[in-house]
Amino acid sequence: MSTQSSRATARLMLSPTVILLLIWMIVPLALTLWFSTQRYNLLYPDRQGFNDFANYTRFIATPAFTAAIINTLVLVLGVLVITVVLGILIALLIDQPLWGQGPVRILVISPFFIMPPVAALIWKNMFMNPTNGLFAEAAKYLGLPPFDFLGAAPLASIILIVAWQWLPFATLILLTALQSLSSEELEAAEMDGAPPVKRFWYIMLPHLARSITVVVLIQTIFLMGIFGEILVTTNGGPGSASTTLPFLIYKEALLDFDAGTAAAGGVVAVIIANIVAIFLMRAIGKNLDA
Amino acid sequence: MGQITLKQVRKSFGDVHVIPGVDLRIEEGEFVVFVGPSGCGKSTLLRLIAGLEDTTSGTIEIDGKDATYLPPAKRGLAMVFQSYALYPHMSVRKNIAFPLKMAGLDQAEIDRKVEGAAKVLNLNSYLDRRPGQLSGGQRQRVAIGRAIVRSPQAFLFDEPLSNLDAALRVNMRLEISELHQKLKTTMIYVTHDQVEAMTMADKIVVLQAGRIEQVGTPMELYKTPANVFVAGFIGSPKMNLIAGAEAAKHGATTIGIRPEHVQVSATSGLWQGRVGVSEHLGSDTFLHVTTDMGLLNVRAGGDVALYHGDTVWLTPDLAHLHRFDAKGLAIR
Ligand SMILES: Nc1ncnc2c1ncn2[C@@H]1O[C@H](COP(=O)(O)OP(=O)(O)OP(=O)(O)O)[C@@H](O)[C@H]1O
Ligand SMILES: [Mg+2]
Repeated sequence: MSTQSSRATARLMLSPTVILLLIWMIVPLALTLWFSTQRYNLLYPDRQGFNDFANYTRFIATPAFTAAIINTLVLVLGVLVITVVLGILIALLIDQPLWGQGPVRILVISPFFIMPPVAALIWKNMFMNPTNGLFAEAAKYLGLPPFDFLGAAPLASIILIVAWQWLPFATLILLTALQSLSSEELEAAEMDGAPPVKRFWYIMLPHLARSITVVVLIQTIFLMGIFGEILVTTNGGPGSASTTLPFLIYKEALLDFDAGTAAAGGVVAVIIANIVAIFLMRAIGKNLDA
Repeated sequence: MGQITLKQVRKSFGDVHVIPGVDLRIEEGEFVVFVGPSGCGKSTLLRLIAGLEDTTSGTIEIDGKDATYLPPAKRGLAMVFQSYALYPHMSVRKNIAFPLKMAGLDQAEIDRKVEGAAKVLNLNSYLDRRPGQLSGGQRQRVAIGRAIVRSPQAFLFDEPLSNLDAALRVNMRLEISELHQKLKTTMIYVTHDQVEAMTMADKIVVLQAGRIEQVGTPMELYKTPANVFVAGFIGSPKMNLIAGAEAAKHGATTIGIRPEHVQVSATSGLWQGRVGVSEHLGSDTFLHVTTDMGLLNVRAGGDVALYHGDTVWLTPDLAHLHRFDAKGLAIR
């Protein structure tokens, strides 16, 4: 596509899709913005009209708001750290020529095929349940008191569940990156006197930098919106101990029937997501070019 | 310093015996070239010496000490890979400094040595670039730089020039030879290009299917090839090998005559033939002549006026005739 006319044709051909996508995006955004400035509570249909920024102030003044932001960031950060670190270790492991490599690789990526709420429920009922879960059984066997995961450490438990789901994604991307590292480069480092740990640090890790960046960026986008796992396990509680921003918005909209405040919450969430995105791109975006 | 001995070294991958047993002694300061057709085990042998592969049996001694089970880093050898294997995320300076850093030298010492190596290899103006921003020849020099800063006992080169274009290859060949003159360190150089082997080597090791066919100076191999394989492999254009009645006349199973040891005449001679392709290079003319004994290569003077389809007579120079027995070994 180099000539002027072919470029013009290309633009013309692309425009329906672009316009459609734009409408797809603009309309909900505009509606959300509109609702966020309205009195709009389903329990009181007679109260209508503008109420300036009251929805925003109400949302931000919700007692759970600060906790929700902190919980969201802790969840994202916790899952990122676990998946990247474990992902690298597992990728290193299954990159070794070991017996039964094929089945092992398929098993490693299998958690990704399980629907998030299903996975969360399995974890909740079969593993973490304090009376008949496997962990409780194991604790009993060892003579320890069973630990009520979702009651005593709700956010940590959710981080564990979500990390388990996302580990295959990180492992898979990091494994392909690892396989693209030329063996001669590693052999050169070996000849240069670098022991295994230093080969990892100076050769493998820099080679993985770009993939780690991709994993972090993609996972952040999805992890900011984690909802189903929370709904089916802790329901945001106890108190607001595992309430994240998306869950707080859900509470406002569907439990308190306050669509206006929920819309305001949505706008706040978009703004926070953008702040995180800018921060991330500043921090690690340079790994993506060249 | 830099004397390497292989004793009955074998290497198998599963039940494929790549190196069936090699004995070789490489003297200190020698430039040794391993040459042979593709897949004959040159790289494998080099990697065994480097320690990148484990020997199946046999011993490798470096400077008289058994190094068979030493890890690569402890053998004091430096290797230049065919793909250069530079670290892409490091600047040229850091690439060259890497082995020194791993050896735990202090920064001032590292800087001094890197500058020194860069000067020897004309790399000063590229020190802060990444390998991706260099040409093939420059990358090659960085790889050599990374090898020389450690002052190794010996250098190992695995087809270092095969990724370069013809002109650059000639240049780098000279540079590596000069480097050898300057450093006087043992060098082991793998190639399948026999011109590189002939021009650079103090000693050539001809390999075939993991076996050493002959070891000697380039001239020894050229003048007295030990067998048919070496005779056919060393020299360009290739030696003419003739079997059958003509060979029997000389009491051999196969006779060999190099293209430059055949007289061409348009009027009379021993063997009659017809010129096929004639390559006029100016300095020489290479004639491909079809005779009763098959296609023969002949090297004639630059201004020979013989062309496609001409009838010629060939006379071999009997003083330079090579005779081989039924096993392919030279008869002397
Ligand atoms: N890891 C391996 N497993 C099995 N066979 C191997 C392995 N590495 C090499 N070989 C075999 O060993 C033989 C020698 O290989 P090597 O790489 O030493 O050849 P080479 O002489 O360097 O050839 P080239 O000139 O093409 O580089 C080949 O037949 C090859 O198929
Ligand atoms: Mg090779």
